Amino acid sequence: MTTRTLISPAQLARPRGKFLYWTAFVLVVALFTLVFVGPLYWMVTSGLKSPQEFARTPPTLVPENAHPGNYADAWGVLDLARLLGNTLYYALGALAFQLVLDVAAAYSLSKLRPALGNIVLGAMLLTLMIPAAVLVVPQYLTVLDVPIVERNLVNSPWAIWLPSVTNAFNIFLLKRFFDSIPRELLDAAAIDGASPLRTLRSVVLPISRPVLGVVSIFAVVGVWKDFLWPMLTLPDPGKQTINVGIYSLAASVTENWLLAALAIASLPTLAIFLVFQRHIVSGLTAGSLKG
Amino acid sequence: MSAPVLAERQPPPSAPAAPAPRSPRDRAAFRQALRRNLTAHGFLIGAVLCFSFFSWYPMVREFFLAFEKRENGATVWAGWSNFTYIFNDPAFWQAWRNTLLFTGLALLLGFAVPFVVALVLNEFRHGRGYLRLLVYLPVMLPPVASVLLFKYFYDPGYGLFNRVLGAVGLPEQQWLQSTDTAMLSVVIAATWMNMGGATLIYLAALQGVPGEQYEAAELDGAGILRKIWHVTIPQTRLVLSLMLLMQIIATTQVFVEPFLLTGGAGPEGATLTVVQLIYQYAFTFNNYGSAAALGLVLLVLLAAFSAAYVRLSRASEE
Repeated sequence: MTTRTLISPAQLARPRGKFLYWTAFVLVVALFTLVFVGPLYWMVTSGLKSPQEFARTPPTLVPENAHPGNYADAWGVLDLARLLGNTLYYALGALAFQLVLDVAAAYSLSKLRPALGNIVLGAMLLTLMIPAAVLVVPQYLTVLDVPIVERNLVNSPWAIWLPSVTNAFNIFLLKRFFDSIPRELLDAAAIDGASPLRTLRSVVLPISRPVLGVVSIFAVVGVWKDFLWPMLTLPDPGKQTINVGIYSLAASVTENWLLAALAIASLPTLAIFLVFQRHIVSGLTAGSLKG
Repeated sequence: MSAPVLAERQPPPSAPAAPAPRSPRDRAAFRQALRRNLTAHGFLIGAVLCFSFFSWYPMVREFFLAFEKRENGATVWAGWSNFTYIFNDPAFWQAWRNTLLFTGLALLLGFAVPFVVALVLNEFRHGRGYLRLLVYLPVMLPPVASVLLFKYFYDPGYGLFNRVLGAVGLPEQQWLQSTDTAMLSVVIAATWMNMGGATLIYLAALQGVPGEQYEAAELDGAGILRKIWHVTIPQTRLVLSLMLLMQIIATTQVFVEPFLLTGGAGPEGATLTVVQLIYQYAFTFNNYGSAAALGLVLLVLLAAFSAAYVRLSRASEE
């Protein structure tokens, strides 16, 4: 980045400017590391401590006796394999449903343009205006007894998967990306005899990889971080997500185990973030800047 | 319920349908349009069904719920009684006071801090990727992890915060357990958890500020603060005003942070927010009617606020 910012380069080039710049830089890096990594460090090291060492005043900065066994104990006692497996199952299912149904819908609204399509799009975007908190109660009642099909989806993964499709923001992002694909490209495919499905698969999807990446990450992370909805719809301890499961067991396990469990629970999304950082940043800013 | 679904599913009355197709050519065009529309709706139908069941129908149901109540196992029309019930509930007014307090504090911290952080990060020529990563780190944690961490830090007995305060000679605080500081403690935790998104959006907006304007301001002898006031803020104004609106809407609906930090209500109801109260009505007392009524009040107030905000910010632009 060589864009000109608030402080002029001439000022920064002076010895005093250089000194101030580096002082501020070191201070900010130290402060940010302390504020944002400090709690994570505390979580990981506390998970390694014995209960006695955990309770000590003042606290030890580095565990005197590391007990990696805490992590194995936490894994077993809180049944983290099951909680993580459940959450992964819900997240991947939600991802699959969103990728298939939301991509198809956005493609239809953008390129196939059915009659009444704009009304459908408007009705979808309308849901963005309704505060999510307002809809929780009627949505929960709907899941208890889905009209017409008369099914109770409580404790079933469908209670996570199907509502996750109603992500108007993802449909909007996808549609806007599809809108930018030139018409001629699709016409060429059609002249070659490609059906709309074939065009979607062989022309649209390959160029849409960036936006598909963004949508996928948000779909997975959304399910992984959700709390209220899975708490309401998946009360069975055997079916809970990682958030709800750890929360409901938090009071009944020792602190070092709980912290070890939290550290393990934090790993998957942190790993996703470190790997896909670039996509996440571009997705975040895509929604707000243009348009 | 089924009405909107069926309406979407019907082959649309497209233009060629009006005059009955006569020539074979017209008929072919009609058939082609019909097929095109059927395909298009075929692609759309899955999402439309999901929206119908889990978004549009609940939206409609919310309105009905607010005017219904359960009596002897049957649902009966309740008129405005759900609304008079919540208006007479002292918790209603307390929840609104708390929510306003949370929104106010969250704006002081949650709106200002990310902007200042973005301003500072944007000045650095080094390590920006690292700092950006740090700020966004908490956003990627499962909320139960961040919240329970803060619960440990806030513990008045052995919590880290009081030890640090004690070490530098400041008075220890009761944090979540005192009515005075409970809400502020929730806001601090919520800001730590959520500021990453706003910071990255501001950083991207700052990249768009034209450098010549800073140069022009310098020629006029402007210092850093005046450059921020006269160049940076006007140039990023659209993003700032949009984020302010979105943040007010989001913080008014705060739920997870107080729910996990204080179990919901907190000391003497100090952290009982509007959405906490909706949750309590619905899932503690099984009083869905009052929950829906309170939801409607929240919806109407937020909608009115958003409309006024958009109108005002448009007026001030002209």
